[in-house]
This record gives sequence, C-alpha cells and structure tokens, in this order.
Amino acid sequence: MEGKGMKSFFRKVLGIFKNKKDVKLGFYGPPNAGKTSLANRICKDFTGEEMGSVSKVPHETRHVQFKEKVEIKYKGKSMTFKMVDTPGITTRIDYEEFLKYKVGKKEAKSRAKEATQGIIESIKWLDDMDVVVVVLDSTENPYNQVNITIVGNLVARKIPVLIVANKSDLAKANIKKIEEAFPDYPVVGISAKYGKNLDEFYEEVFRISKKVR
Amino acid sequence: MKKKVRNKKIGGFSIQFLPYSEIKSLDSDERLKKILGIVLGSNILILQGKLKAEEESRLIGDTMAMIGHVKNFKGIELAVISPDLELNVFERAKYKIATTLSGGDLSAVTIIGPASVVKEIKRDPKKIELLLNK
Repeated sequence: MEGKGMKSFFRKVLGIFKNKKDVKLGFYGPPNAGKTSLANRICKDFTGEEMGSVSKVPHETRHVQFKEKVEIKYKGKSMTFKMVDTPGITTRIDYEEFLKYKVGKKEAKSRAKEATQGIIESIKWLDDMDVVVVVLDSTENPYNQVNITIVGNLVARKIPVLIVANKSDLAKANIKKIEEAFPDYPVVGISAKYGKNLDEFYEEVFRISKKVR
Repeated sequence: MKKKVRNKKIGGFSIQFLPYSEIKSLDSDERLKKILGIVLGSNILILQGKLKAEEESRLIGDTMAMIGHVKNFKGIELAVISPDLELNVFERAKYKIATTLSGGDLSAVTIIGPASVVKEIKRDPKKIELLLNK
C-alpha cells in the first residue's frame, strides 16, 4: 500500500514538470463546409483574433493556416492547441465555376491554380495532425467520396476523428444523415456561424484530445 | 496473351473495366500510373475492388498537380461503392479477415473518370448515378 502511495505521489510531482505538448488540431473537409468559420469562432472566443477570411465563393482558404498556442478553456479544464485550418479538398477544380460568383476570368484562373496547390498541401499535412475535426455541410449529401477518402486516410494513419455537421441553423440541415453515413465516429451538429451547440463540440474535442497528449 | 481490360463505347465515351487481378501485384506507383493512363485518355474506369486510402488521396493530389498542365483537364470524379456493411462486430471481423485474405475488398467497385467527361457522380450508400457532360 505504502509503495503504491509513494508511486502515485512521485507520478503527481513528475506530472507538474512534464511538458504536455500542444495538440495539433486540424480542420478538414470539402470546400465551403465552414472549416474557417469554426476555426475563427474558436480563435475569436479564446484569443480574440480570427484565423482567416470566409466567403461564399468556394476555395476561399487556399493555403494551410495556423494559429499557435490557442488555449481552450472549458468547464474548468484547459488545453492548448495548435490549430491548423486547411483548404477544402475536392477532386476537381474548374475555373469557370468561379465565374458564377462574379469573379473575373483572370482572377478565377489564378484562384483555381492556388486552390489546386492548396489541396495538395492539405493532403500533405494529414500526416502531422494529432486530432482532426472533419467539418461537413449538413445540408449536403455526406456520401461524397472526398469525405469518405479523408476519413479513410485518417483511420489508416490512426488519427482520432471528430465529425462536425455544420450549418445546423439551416432548414435543409440533416444531421441524422451524417450520423448514418459515419456510424463509427462521434458526430456533433453545430452552427459555426451562430455558435450553436459549441459546448458539445468542446466536450468531444477535450475527450478525444486527452488520449493523444 | 488475352487482354483482360475490356472496352465498351457508350454514347461516344469509352468505358474500361479493370479486374482487380490486373493491379493486384502492382505497387502503389504502378497502380496509379495505370489508372491515370486510362483516365487521362478520356475514359471512364470501372475498377473491381478499391484502392487503399493513401492511394485514393495520392490520386487526388497527383491529379490536382496536373490541372493547368494537361490540356482541358479539370480533375477527376471518383466514387467507391461497397456492399452494405450493416454488420455486427463479429460479422465485421469475419468480413475484415475475408477481405485481407483475398488481398482487397473485391466486392467493392471504384469508378474514376475525368471531370471533363463525368459531370458528377451522385451517390447514396446503395446506388451510384453517373452524370455525363453533354
């Protein structure tokens, strides 16, 4: 008994000095699902600054963006993250699609070029993540191959996944359909735009991140 | 030697069927090279089985790098349809052993086409709809 007590005492003392690493938290998903909106909300809530710009035009985020030392406090607990927001992954990019959003032809072409590079960057970064939040648009069909490919890659790399069904504020949102598509993973329905149900999101992020620290 | 890859022309597009045995012994580089060779020739490829998750993402990365460098290439459309996997834990374990022994999930089908030919692949868990460009 005494030995056990001593052991636990030393473990506690060592724990104080143990340098707990920051958890690399990646935001992945298809374009326009709300990855940057969610990352912005978290950053704004805990650091006062946003991470990147958001837009209705797909592929607004065309480079991987970071925010170091984001300390998230939730229910008296605290954890420090390195947040990594990634460009949306898709299998096709057609510059003509940008023209619909009143983007000039020249800009559309350069946007398309940057977006293709962004996708390559996103895929490269998969290896470096500790935990990944896959952000999906709950008004869209979740059985999109890109979603399945992203989750499949994370599973192959043994990286824990949390699926976020975003845009729950919209009438067309169908969170149940996302739960059905990914029955083996935790799914949290939120609205990044209005900050709806973020408590459940933080709860899950803490639960998953604890295992990788 | 009998050629195993079969071609079929439907509405001006060429559809190629590739049995898993054709790529089984190839490494990832060779597999992707073979697939890209077919897809870049404006063909729709129907592959028996499915690629590894890393191969799928490499295929996306490699094809992204070709946009703007290969004329009229806008990327690919890709979809995998697997048998309904509403299995319990025991059945799932058995299924996993079976797919490992056979060297891949042979009951799955992978469809890959150039985005300029295939407008969209609409999928739900039980069916796939291929929407072609004009």
